[in-house]
Parts: sequence; C-alpha cells; structure tokens
Amino acid sequence: MQIIISNHSKEPIYEQIYAQIKKHILTNELQAGQFLPSMRQLAKDLDVSVITTKRAYEELEKNGFIFSVVGKGSFVSEQNNELIRERKMKVIEEQLVAAIQNSKEIGIELTELKELLTMLYKEEI
Amino acid sequence: MENVIELQHVNKAFNGFQMKDLSISVKKGFVTGFIGGNGVGKSTTIKMIMNLLQPDSGTISLFGMDYKKHEKEIKQRIGFVFDDNIFYENITLAEMKQMIKPAYKNWDDAIFKQYVDMFELPLKKNIKTFSKGMMMKASLTMALSHHAELIIMDEPTSGLDPIFRRELLDILHDLMQNGERTIFFSTHITTDLDRIADYITFIHNGQHIFTKEYYKIEEEYAIVKGETNLLDRDTEKEFIAIRKSNHGFEALTTNKKRTEDIFGETVIIEKPTLEDIMLYTKKGRENDVQSRS
Repeated sequence: MQIIISNHSKEPIYEQIYAQIKKHILTNELQAGQFLPSMRQLAKDLDVSVITTKRAYEELEKNGFIFSVVGKGSFVSEQNNELIRERKMKVIEEQLVAAIQNSKEIGIELTELKELLTMLYKEEI
Repeated sequence: MENVIELQHVNKAFNGFQMKDLSISVKKGFVTGFIGGNGVGKSTTIKMIMNLLQPDSGTISLFGMDYKKHEKEIKQRIGFVFDDNIFYENITLAEMKQMIKPAYKNWDDAIFKQYVDMFELPLKKNIKTFSKGMMMKASLTMALSHHAELIIMDEPTSGLDPIFRRELLDILHDLMQNGERTIFFSTHITTDLDRIADYITFIHNGQHIFTKEYYKIEEEYAIVKGETNLLDRDTEKEFIAIRKSNHGFEALTTNKKRTEDIFGETVIIEKPTLEDIMLYTKKGRENDVQSRS
C-alpha cells in the first residue's frame, strides 16, 4: 500500500492518510477483509506520530471503510464498499447530468464535452 | 485513556520563580512533547515528576501511585534519559552497568546487550570519551534494560546533529510499537516534535497553557496576515497577540474558524508552527501584564 505524505500541504496529515487509504479501498487495491498495518507500524513507516494514524483510522472506521477487531487489528470492510461505490456512482451521474444540461444550454456538442472531460480528468490526478 | 503522569494543582515557589496551579496529565502509550521557553519551569516540572523536588502543594501521581507511599515501585518503572554524564567519568559502560543493575528488579542483560550492539557502544572505553550522541544512547540503553514503561527525557535533542536527531526519532518510533510505553520529553527544537509527538504540553511562566493532540493545534490555531487597516479595537480582540509593521500585521488566533468567518478572503491564514505559538503567547501575556499595571 503506497501512501505519500506531504509535510507542506495545507491538508492535515491524518486527512492525507485517510484520503489515500480510502482511495485504495474504493479502487479495490485494498480488498474487503484485507489486513491493514497497525496504526503504530504505519506511524513508524510514515514517520508521523501515532495519534495521526490513529485519527486517520478512526475516521476510516467511522465512515465504514474499515473495521477493527480488538487484539487483531484493522481490516477493510466488506458490504459498505459496494454501497459507497454505488452512492458515489449516483453522485457522479447527477453531476454529469448537470454538466450535460449546462452544455446543451450553451450549445456545446458531445464531442467537445468529452474532450473537456478528458482534459480535466488527466489534469486532476 | 489511562494517565501515566498526573499533576494536580501543583504549586511550587523556587528561586524567586513560581509554578502556579499546574495540572498536567500524560497519556499511556503516547509521546508527549513538553515545550516552553527558557526558565518557564520545564526542568522544575520534570524534577517534580522524578521526585527530585517536591511540590509545596498539590498532588503528583505516577502510574496512579503516590511517591510518598510507592517511591521504589515508581522508580523501577521510570527511565530517565539524559545526554550529560551524571555518572563518574572514569568508568566504562560495562562498569556503569554493574553499578546500575542491582537497583532494578527487572534488569535484563539480554536487552542490554541487544542495545549495546545495535547502538555500537564500546563497553570498555571510558565514558568521558563518549560524544553527546553516544551518551544519550548509553542512557537510553540503561532505561530500556530495566523495562522502563515511562521514559522521561530532558532536552534530548539539544546539541545533537540533525542526522543523530533523526536516528533518535526512529528509535523512539520503534519503542512505541507495543503501545505499552509512554514517552515524555522536553525540547526547544520544535521541528522534532511533528514527527513523533502525539500530544503537546505547553507551559509558560510556571503555568500550564495547554495539552492538546498535535493535530488539534493546527485545527484551532492559525497565523493571520493582513493589512493593518483591518484592525480596530474589536477585531484586535480576536487575537492572542499582534505584530504590526508599516507593511501589515501578523497575529495568532486560537479560533481559526471564527477568524475565517470574520475576515474571510481579506487575510492570509497559515498553519502556525509551535514556535509561533510560543512567541505570540509570550507576547500576549506580556501585553496583559502591561495593560493591567
């Protein structure tokens, strides 16, 4: 699992860890039931304090991405993943519909919109 | 969460200087960085925690026990790490071990050997030939060899080069792996803290200013920069202290969100460093004293 932390980002470090693990889960790079490193191990590996990784894990757990078993550690959650993906898909659909409506209003063709989307998609991440 | 160190309403007058109603708690399994300027009472506080000084009033407990009744038990579980040689200079590390070992019930020769090897410490050389970094490692070895659950360090990184400071932080990360150990250390070098400290305890002039999770400090505090014409009697109250120049102002707020709501896009809001917080807190307190007198 790759996690890259920026010490100069405006985003707090625990949020960076949270967002990256979440992404790994949503893209199925981390699969349901898979074991996560202990928060102390992760803190050491990333050279950050334990409370930072603890906060990231707490947020992941609160939002249903992972669950922990006392004495065993943290694991990637199962059923919620599908749900989250579905929910996200729905949001994406809605946003795309809005973009299409706006495009139609000012006469932007599908090809042009596709080009714009491709360009933005590649720029962003 | 369990507290390993607990100071409650501690008062201590000392060399014309006073610790006032100091209440501090240190959480088990975490690293707490202890910050404050020179002469604000950090060493005095550490000495009280070690029972080398006693408070005039208030209570101090370690592992939930009182020094008056359980001094021996408490001392068995603490390791004090220092970088100055407080032992006789003309002995070797092997001789030092022989002196210290009988004092501890849980002394573990295997662990002693493990760390001596890992830190590449010479057993047969006079301790006085040790560098500051080696002395620190020797001291840490002693603390770990008796399975200290609480490690207290007074300015462990001062006088050490950046490479060794990094190495020390790695060692500390290793020590924290099982979650049973607690580290409390004072420091001036606040940049060391962001890599290891879970909590920050800040004192100023013998008073406890705060103990917070490190990330909370960034959430609550902020440095605000803007044009001086934004300041008036009301808006100035939003800040701990303000530095004004002909070119603008810079100030510290303890309520980042509120400041954002009040000033919006008219100011620049930045993450404060611990040094910023120390500096502005000192300045703010001085102004308070002036305006009251």
